[in-house]
This record gives sequence, structure tokens and C-alpha cells, in this order.
Amino acid sequence: MAPADPIDRISPPPRLDPDSRQWVRVLSGTGPQREAGLARLHELLLRIARAELQRRSGQFRITGPELDDLAYQAAADALLAIDLKLGQFRGDSRFTTWAYKFVIFEVSAKIGRHFWAHPAVPMDAEDWDRLPGRLGPDPARETERRELADAVHRAVDEQLTPRQRKVFVAIVLNGVPLDALVAELGSTRNAIYKTMFDARRKLRAALAANGYLDDQTSRHS
Amino acid sequence: MNAWTALDRFLRTDPRDVGCAEAMELLHVYAELAAADASAAHRYPGIAAHLAACGPCAEDFDGLLAAIRSPAQ
Repeated sequence: MAPADPIDRISPPPRLDPDSRQWVRVLSGTGPQREAGLARLHELLLRIARAELQRRSGQFRITGPELDDLAYQAAADALLAIDLKLGQFRGDSRFTTWAYKFVIFEVSAKIGRHFWAHPAVPMDAEDWDRLPGRLGPDPARETERRELADAVHRAVDEQLTPRQRKVFVAIVLNGVPLDALVAELGSTRNAIYKTMFDARRKLRAALAANGYLDDQTSRHS
Repeated sequence: MNAWTALDRFLRTDPRDVGCAEAMELLHVYAELAAADASAAHRYPGIAAHLAACGPCAEDFDGLLAAIRSPAQ
């Protein structure tokens, strides 16, 4: 792999611990020493990617060679990102902790994209009867189920923008993971989270204004 | 907990919540603090609030914590 843009090649910050300083020195260099450093880092990232996929194995249905391919892809993409952003490492953690963050993010993004290989429900399906069960223990009484679903449905229709509505329906009604929605909409996790954050705030205010929830606790608790 | 209480909890937002971008930017710092002692949430209350509300970021935090605690470290 060729060195990244020279402007990113910096002197190690003075407060680095010895191991981190060594990582930055080697990866900022050139020639065989840098190549060996990249190979060693890739090995570490691959180990972390495999462990993370194993830790999260209940969230997806991928096994065998496909799972290992995912680990290799996550490690390779993380290595590329780390190489490009090496100049941004400021030593506020160990270098390896900073580097592992990239591979953890790559694993999340890849799991999110993989969701669409076998989606359980289309992201825009609107079965509002599912709502009470999606929030937790399903109310035993049909009248309570109906009241809750109708109140939220009405607040969603009246209060949310089309974008907020789309995100709310996908995540809350249909159980689309946030990272899967990020991949589908070509957005960012921050943007989708902010959309949901604003939607939650608006819905809560509307439900409180209509007497379903109050500022302290729910009417029905 | 009934469904109304669950709905109430889900809809409540914390004004200290910094959002995903800032949490992801500092996750390595937060995770090292969390691994070392209990000061992370005290020092970064906005990140703690975010991790309590954002499933994907909390999952990444758990993964990073597991990585830095792994035997090869």
C-alpha cells in the first residue's frame, strides 16, 4: 500500500505512550518497515473484526466463509481509513484503541448493509397494530392496544415531517436497524439519529398535550 | 412496565445528548476511561446520555470496550 497524502504525515505528538509513538512512527514512514507495520495492524484489525462479528452474531444470519469475508472487508476498509487519518491521531488514547474504533464502525456499517439481503419487513410497511408490541410488553387488553396505536398514529400523521415519518415508521414500526436505514437512505448515523430525536420530542409533546403522557410519568403507568 | 410507560421512556429525550457524530468522534477516549475506572460518564455526560439512548452507538461502545479488554491488549 502506498503512503497516504504527505500532508497527513506528521511528527508524533509528544504525549504519546511508547507503543503508540512506535505505531505512528512506523506507519508514517516508507518502505518495508511501513509495509510490515500495515500488515501487523491489519492482522490486529482482522482479529478484532472477527471477535466483534462473533459478539454480535445474534443480530444477523451470516456464517462460514461469508462471515469471514465480512471480517476481511471490515479490516481492509478500517486499515485504509486509519492510513488516511493517521495525521488526526492526537494521542488522547492508545493508538490501538483509536484504530480499533475504525474497525468496530466498519463492522457496524457492514452488518447494516447486510440487513437488506433478508429484510423481515419492507421499510415502508405500515401495520400500526404492531406498535404496542414493538415498544415492549404487549398490552393484554385490546382496547389499550388500540388506544395506544391510534394515539401514536395520529400524532405521527399530524406532527412529523415526511422525512421524520419515514424514519419513524422504518425504525419503530418495522424494526429496521438504524445502520441499515443509513445504508438504504445513503445518509449518516448522526443524521438519522437526529431525525428520530426530533421526532421523539415532537411526538412526546403532542401526546402530553392530548393527555396521554405527562411531564412526570405516563397516564397509564 | 406497561406499553404506555415503555412509549414514554422511548419518546423522552435528554438535552445533554451530544448525538452520534460527537460520540463517535470521542468513543476511543470514552472507552479507555470506562475501561480504566468509572469517570467516563462523569467527565463526558453528553456521551453517556447519548449511549443510553442510541442503540447502535452503545453497541459500538460495547464492542470497543471488549476489544481493548481482549487478552492480546
